[in-house]
Amino acid sequence: MKPTDSFPPPAPSAAPAAPAPSTAPGVQDTTVERELLQSIVETARAIFGAQASSIFLLDEETDELVFQAVSGRGEEFLVGTRFPAGRGIAGWVAVSGEPMIVDDLAREESFARDLAESTRYVPESLMAAPLIHRTRVLGVLEVLDPVPQSRSSLGELDLLALFARQAAAALRVAVDRRDETVAAAMAGAAAGGARLPADGAPAAAGALGASGRARGLELLDALRELLETPGGD
Amino acid sequence: MSTVSAPPAGSALTWSLRGRGPEDIRLVAGGGRITPEAAWGGSTGAGVRVCVVDTGVERDHPAIGTVDGSYVAVKDGDGVRIEETDTGDTCGHGTACAGIIRRAAPDCELYSVRVLGERFSGTGDVLLAGLRWAVEQRFDVINLSLSTTRSRFVDELRVLADEAYFGRTVVVASAHNTPVESFPWRFSSVVSVGSHEEDAPDLYLYNPSPPVEFFAPGQNVTVPWLGGTTIRTTGNSFATPFITGLCARVMSKHPNLTPFQVKTMLYLSAANVRTDNRGDS
Repeated sequence: MKPTDSFPPPAPSAAPAAPAPSTAPGVQDTTVERELLQSIVETARAIFGAQASSIFLLDEETDELVFQAVSGRGEEFLVGTRFPAGRGIAGWVAVSGEPMIVDDLAREESFARDLAESTRYVPESLMAAPLIHRTRVLGVLEVLDPVPQSRSSLGELDLLALFARQAAAALRVAVDRRDETVAAAMAGAAAGGARLPADGAPAAAGALGASGRARGLELLDALRELLETPGGD
Repeated sequence: MSTVSAPPAGSALTWSLRGRGPEDIRLVAGGGRITPEAAWGGSTGAGVRVCVVDTGVERDHPAIGTVDGSYVAVKDGDGVRIEETDTGDTCGHGTACAGIIRRAAPDCELYSVRVLGERFSGTGDVLLAGLRWAVEQRFDVINLSLSTTRSRFVDELRVLADEAYFGRTVVVASAHNTPVESFPWRFSSVVSVGSHEEDAPDLYLYNPSPPVEFFAPGQNVTVPWLGGTTIRTTGNSFATPFITGLCARVMSKHPNLTPFQVKTMLYLSAANVRTDNRGDS
């Protein structure tokens, strides 16, 4: 499964993502977010010398966590995979907003079985921290099998939580910036002379089309809902 | 430390000492030096009712044994209500907390109310409803290895924590693992707990610079987990039930202590606190 092109998480019924459609840049294009998410998991993996790192984003509509970026094991097939938001260690981190480190997981049969079924990889240890914007949990950053000296210490828990906080802030900035770009483009299009920024080159007026504009607005709505709506609780 | 009976139900409210004199409220605060042995030595927590407000507790876990009652906070269009449940624990966190309490106070009565894990619901009104229910049930000790960062719940939580405090329920609350403002552990009416980094499974310390009041073992702790197994984990969440277990032992040995007195005994018995009359300075 290839990385999905949507953010927030793709709908559960969505087929494996096709290559990005060649629609107007700035509306459909989530390249910046994808690159940012990928950068976060790769950096997290490097910091902790880990076998893998993942980001899950919360889909409140379906009450699920969705693999949105993966570095290391599972990179080829995990993105887009979903599981219930209230389950397991990532679920705990999402619902509590607290980071957690666990070790000796391979001995934990139910965890191993569940994870093996969904990810084909059973870690020995796991670190997880929430991605939080203000008081709202956007998702979870997970680090699998960090080097032994990174396991089970309060200092490492602090480091992971700090990094996750920075990652969430960066994600928010990227999304805000795209919102502004898209909003400006929409305003321009409505005025009949839109020029969408595409790699620094002006786009043709009306290149978006009615369906493209509708999809762009849907995306904006979804983003606002994820990032700005007060929490359900 | 002396114990005091609860005031009779229906007694008139008064915020000053009227119609009574010092003789009417005389207490004996002696009873010997407060040491760990005096505070909880020989106690197993028998007869003390402890409630874990968390993700539920796995039934029949070998490291936990009997769970005397399991409840869940259910949220729907009509609000949040508490129901009996046999659904156990989906995350493992509540099971871990219960196991630490059981280890510290093996004969206490354990109850569970699940406020997380049913659906993604954050840590707001469902947490509040579960905690309110536990306070209304007048458990002796409530373990809350959770907190909420949502400021709109602060006032209600503060009122609830005070109700518990004056109703003789000790709320033991975990400090957040990251330096953010969260509640109710910040309130002076609860016993707040963080983790120390020492490799000493029975060591707890009083913090002379609150708001976190006590530090207990929370790093690299072996805890019960789902499926009857154990894992090792780290965090303030797991230091908190250690103190909860100690509270249960203290309250079992000294029935009718108020939360103020329990906290004082914890303070005087902490490994880093020396008092003139303990004779070990």
